[in-house]
Amino acid sequence: MEEIRLECLSKDFDGFVAVENVSLSIQSGELFSFLGPSGCGKTTLLRMIAGFEIPSTGRILIGNTDITDLPPYKRQVNTIFQNYSLFPHMTVFDNVAFGLRIRKSPKNEITKRVREMLSLVKMEDQANKFPEQISGGQKQRVAIARALINQPKVLLLDEPLAALDLKLRQHMLIELMNIHDAVGITFIYVTHDQGEAMSISDRVAVMNYGNIIQEGPPDDIYERPNSVFSAYFIGETNLISGEVIGIEDDYVQIRCPDGAGSSFNIDSTFHIQPTLGQELTVSLRPEKIAISRNKPRYQDDINILRGVIEDILYLGSHTQYIVNVGALKIRVFSQHKRVYFDDTALDWEEPVWLFWHDTDSWLINEIPENVLTVDEISEGGINHYQRSIKRPAIK
Amino acid sequence: MKHCSLGRFFKGMNLTVFTLVMVFLYIPILILIIFSFNDAKIITGWKGFTFKYYILLLENKTILEAFRNTMLIAGLSTLISTILGVLGALGLEYHKFNGRKLFSALIYVPLVIPDILMGVSLALLFNFTRVNTGMLTVLIAHITFCVSYTIIVIRSRLEGFDYSLVEAAMDLGAKPATIFWKIKFPLIMPGIIAAALLAFTLSIDDFIITFFTSGRGFDTLPIYVEGAIRRGTITTINSLSTIMIGLTLLLVVTTKRIRKIVISSL
Repeated sequence: MEEIRLECLSKDFDGFVAVENVSLSIQSGELFSFLGPSGCGKTTLLRMIAGFEIPSTGRILIGNTDITDLPPYKRQVNTIFQNYSLFPHMTVFDNVAFGLRIRKSPKNEITKRVREMLSLVKMEDQANKFPEQISGGQKQRVAIARALINQPKVLLLDEPLAALDLKLRQHMLIELMNIHDAVGITFIYVTHDQGEAMSISDRVAVMNYGNIIQEGPPDDIYERPNSVFSAYFIGETNLISGEVIGIEDDYVQIRCPDGAGSSFNIDSTFHIQPTLGQELTVSLRPEKIAISRNKPRYQDDINILRGVIEDILYLGSHTQYIVNVGALKIRVFSQHKRVYFDDTALDWEEPVWLFWHDTDSWLINEIPENVLTVDEISEGGINHYQRSIKRPAIK
Repeated sequence: MKHCSLGRFFKGMNLTVFTLVMVFLYIPILILIIFSFNDAKIITGWKGFTFKYYILLLENKTILEAFRNTMLIAGLSTLISTILGVLGALGLEYHKFNGRKLFSALIYVPLVIPDILMGVSLALLFNFTRVNTGMLTVLIAHITFCVSYTIIVIRSRLEGFDYSLVEAAMDLGAKPATIFWKIKFPLIMPGIIAAALLAFTLSIDDFIITFFTSGRGFDTLPIYVEGAIRRGTITTINSLSTIMIGLTLLLVVTTKRIRKIVISSL
């Protein structure tokens, strides 16, 4: 059943378009994420659903009721704020009881419900403490209890874990999923952290410059990005531009210049109908590429490239190799399993073979204006990269 | 080595400066307190211990009248200027209107212009508008300068106010009026109390402005004290001052307690 529907929603701040013509429907009980870099409009979108911003155009519907013009205190929607926003002059108990007291619920019911909520978030024994006396993770739990006690139809979460440290974040993520399962209401989750969005969500909408770029289940977005932006923003990838030089029944051949005067060919299965001579981009996830000092046995459906290791980064669970193919730098993740390969570790400057299956090359019908180098990636290149994808909407 | 000796030098300096400040601040007060129990008409040396002047003080109708006037003026001007301060601060902080910047700047004027100017100008105003000077004019004058202080103090509290708390309350179903009484008001309460205390002390010990606006027949304590010293009866003034110091100390000590009680009662 459809719970919430956004119809052609836009928000304009004095000429700056924060959200542009977004239409979307979210199912009842779904855990839906808006994912994008800062400034992409995801928080504005959330604030419009909560009622803190009035849309410039468009409608918001919950169930079949139009709530576009309702003030926040009349919406059956509650929000978890990024900085928790617990009332500092009230105890944990009073914070959680706030919503019920506003509704003038009977006293014994308030006590009962607050106890229930606090036990749901495992905070029963902290009821009489003030917010300044509890930790960040605990504040988060109280904020969740305070929002859920009103039995909203939709719970909005605005970067709820951003202020927590890594371990706690991972822990709270699982906790959030459990709470979602326990209460069964719709969660709308806003984050810039693709890991969070991927692991928690039923569906994700990738946003950039006020638009939804792609929408779908996490694995769909990861495996089948529809744009250079999605491919780049979700996970890590190699983006290689080239020209279609051959089309067969089930694969295309793409000639990719290596930036050093020569070129190599990539074979790829296709989901978009390419035309001969068309320019497009191949997205190649680093973990799909195998790396070896021995030449693999030739197979029909395997791409093989020759390169030289420029850099090796040991990352614990895997090692990242940066391999020069001509002037292109291709990143490869290799897990530390020695079963398949020879026993000695690869070395700097060593010539290697890169190979991957045709189905692991993914075609994107879009050309980045400039190809991202490894240096740009390491210098927090996403902003740089965003700029390179042209966007006329910002006036 | 050099660093070390310099450090020691500063440590020594600190102690010296501290001692000097203490001496200059508190020795006169101490002397005043001691001599309020002195059995002599003028300060000529210790003549023996007595409560005489305290009893004289309580029997002096004019002093009691002046004390009553002072408290009345201080109480009323504190109450009114604090209420105006809350409203003014909220208005200047949250509402955008024409001339907001100008008003914000004008608020600071009474802080910086000399009291005598304010006194004279108010006196002229009352004279010009033919208002009879007396309690009402003093009250108006006190509110006029207190309100600047209360607005500034309360506004500084509002500046640190986390607006997302208001959004959180709204999100949880609270209407604007409820948000004011349940969230904003309790959180700016420390600022309101501080502003009220400031207004109270400013009003109690104001001499110059009161002098120009009180006219004949309405004396506050500072006005009375000045007159008494002119007439040369200094001994009751000593005991009066001692009582005032005692009251002030009591106020300082209880402030923290009052704040706690007020906040927890909300």
